[in-house]
Amino acid sequence: MKPWLPNSLNALPAPAPDSALVGKVVSARLVRGLAFLFTVLTILLLVATASAQKKSSCIDCHAKLDDPRLSAPAKLFDNDIHRARGLSCNDCHGGDPNADTRESAKDPAKGYLGKPKTLDIPAYCGKCHSDASLMKKFNPSLRVDQEREYYTSVHGKLLKAGETRVATCISCHSVHGIRAIDDPLSSVYPSRVAETCSKCHASADYMSGLGIPSDQYAKYKTSVHAQALYDKQDLSAPTCNDCHGNHGATPPGIASVANVCGQCHARQAELFQTSPHKAAFDQKDLAECITCHSNHAINKPGDQLIGTTPGTLCINCHTSGDKGFIAAGQMRSRIDELIASLGRSTEILNRAERAGMEVSKPKFELKGATDALTHARVLIHSSSTAEVEKVIGPGLEVSTKGYEAGTAALAERKFRRQGLAVSLVFILFLAGLVYLKLRQIEARQAAEQ
Amino acid sequence: MRIQSLVEWFDARLSISTLAAIARKKEVPLHRHSIWYYFGGMTLFLFVVQVVTGILLLLYYRPSSEGAFESVQFIITEVKFGWLIRSIHSWSANLMIATLFIHMFSVFFLRGYYPPREITWVSGVFLLFIVICFGFSGYLLPWNKLAFFATKVGTEIAGVVPVVGRPILRFLRGGDDVTGATLTRFFGFHVAVLPATATVFLGIHVLLVQMHGMSVPPNLLGQPIKKMKFVPNFLLRDLIGWILAIGVLAALAALFPWELGEKADAFASAPEGIKPEWYFLFMFQTLKLLPAKILGFDGEVIGIMAFNIVAMLLFIVPFVDRSDNRRRRLIFNVLGVLALLYIVVLTIVGYVT
Repeated sequence: MKPWLPNSLNALPAPAPDSALVGKVVSARLVRGLAFLFTVLTILLLVATASAQKKSSCIDCHAKLDDPRLSAPAKLFDNDIHRARGLSCNDCHGGDPNADTRESAKDPAKGYLGKPKTLDIPAYCGKCHSDASLMKKFNPSLRVDQEREYYTSVHGKLLKAGETRVATCISCHSVHGIRAIDDPLSSVYPSRVAETCSKCHASADYMSGLGIPSDQYAKYKTSVHAQALYDKQDLSAPTCNDCHGNHGATPPGIASVANVCGQCHARQAELFQTSPHKAAFDQKDLAECITCHSNHAINKPGDQLIGTTPGTLCINCHTSGDKGFIAAGQMRSRIDELIASLGRSTEILNRAERAGMEVSKPKFELKGATDALTHARVLIHSSSTAEVEKVIGPGLEVSTKGYEAGTAALAERKFRRQGLAVSLVFILFLAGLVYLKLRQIEARQAAEQ
Repeated sequence: MRIQSLVEWFDARLSISTLAAIARKKEVPLHRHSIWYYFGGMTLFLFVVQVVTGILLLLYYRPSSEGAFESVQFIITEVKFGWLIRSIHSWSANLMIATLFIHMFSVFFLRGYYPPREITWVSGVFLLFIVICFGFSGYLLPWNKLAFFATKVGTEIAGVVPVVGRPILRFLRGGDDVTGATLTRFFGFHVAVLPATATVFLGIHVLLVQMHGMSVPPNLLGQPIKKMKFVPNFLLRDLIGWILAIGVLAALAALFPWELGEKADAFASAPEGIKPEWYFLFMFQTLKLLPAKILGFDGEVIGIMAFNIVAMLLFIVPFVDRSDNRRRRLIFNVLGVLALLYIVVLTIVGYVT
């Protein structure tokens, strides 16, 4: 069998007849060759390792500076998502992070860009974030239209017009300490969005001259949406960007507000489109949804909003005797009727349960009436008494059945107690009889003895 | 005349007159501890109530995870007097275990197991464990949330025993988890295996009591003791107790109907502060109080092994405690009082905490 040898050795002259001597020469050469190869590989590995540890003179110098404005970026960058993805200062700012002097590091000839002007920030970030093929290397699922969308926003339009007070990328995402949006410490994490927007929008001074109020944040915090987000920690609850958009932030207009609300409240929005209110609102140029529910301070809606009594919303437009006034009154009274019926049924079933009666089945069935009530409250948006009646009627039937079951359970309890009283009389009578018989027998036995 | 000949016909074949003669001859000693004699009969009566009400429940009960809860719900809401039968079955089971404990401790303290009644005691201990198994298996049958988790915990405790624990757990559950398969086999134990076993041991127990008669406490031996005829004097007194027991059961069922609770849901979390039935509570509380490690061994395992050993010791009580040894009698009295105190105190602690 032919022994394996390196090609160079294979090319050697044919071995001399003294095979022992030839063997010794070959193995000495082989050892030397392998030793050389090992040394070269080790040096290459060391060089590669040294070059892999990227030097950053930017961070080294900035971290040591006394001025916090200049040292903060170097410190904040530790937690930046870009750093985590292997990027460094020069990837945004240009320059030479390997240079040892300030002049050399910030040499424009080496592509140093420095701090961008506010007007240039969207394009500065967009260099990478608008480049689909580049972003695929880092985060293929990330959108690349943020810059384009930004310029459709109120912020973007104003920026283009030269207004530099507006929000740019870094106003919301922060700078140097940018975190992923699903990081709870990120300034754009759902529970922190409103606070981030409020930095500008809640400041009357800052917003002066822009023609918009500055109480949105204060109002939002009182809303049912904020309660869900902050109190219940429901991250799906809407915050600023869910209605206004984020990169393309813009206030929804009168015509589109219903679409915005309809993203979540789809059934209500759909019913409203079929209601007589739709044409009336269009005609009067009223915004849908928010005319009744308000916008930022959306309180938990309740039955008190509908009806014809003072404090209800319907009387803001409808007057006594008109069609809508009558419909509002009817819907409210039917809903009140169902609520009252449900209350009575629940109360009697609870009473029966406390008395030890098994009423879990009727209690479960009563949920049908609760569902009907919820459905009726949604159907109000159709403004049709007939539609509302379609669920109120069956709901009342279910509730009445629950009440009857509760009454029957309490009647059964009464029957049981009466039956027990009769039975106990009979049982005691029987025990008494046996006792008397025993006495009689024992008396007879005593007499016999 | 015809009736007379009919009686004679049966007598010739069944020796009724002989049995009647034995019954007439049977006497019950009368002394200051005679009251305790009634608890054996009361336990037997409550067992009969269990059999009767259990058979009635069987008419409607469906032993499956899909139908068990619903069938019990149907029994207590739709079936005429179903609520009464179900509540009496549950209350009577608990009262029976209570009277059984009283019966056992009274026999223990009055030395009812002295020769020749050792086998009567051993059969009684078997009956105690059978009744406890009845309780454990029956508790799961309504397939409600509490029962489901109590069974889960109970079978888990069995699973802790070294070597045999895991196979026992799998055998009891019919798999790794408490499922419909567990319910089916618990039903099988409850209505077939346990009643058959109980009948055998009950037969032996009652037969031996008839053979040996009522025992007289050793400290009363040698004194003149009055006697009462079993038939009719003692039996009529028993009967009064049984009639009154029916009254108590009816009152409990009508005033405090046994709750059904919510249907078991394997995916729901266990209810907070879940506790077993009162007769398991002292053992459960002991396991809770034991430290995690005792001398390097798992505390829970030690506790379970200790209870198993005590259970085994119960069987050999008559063979260890000899009538001729006064000192040993004293030790057994002290042990009995300590055991009773332990059970009462730990049960109360279990309820309070």
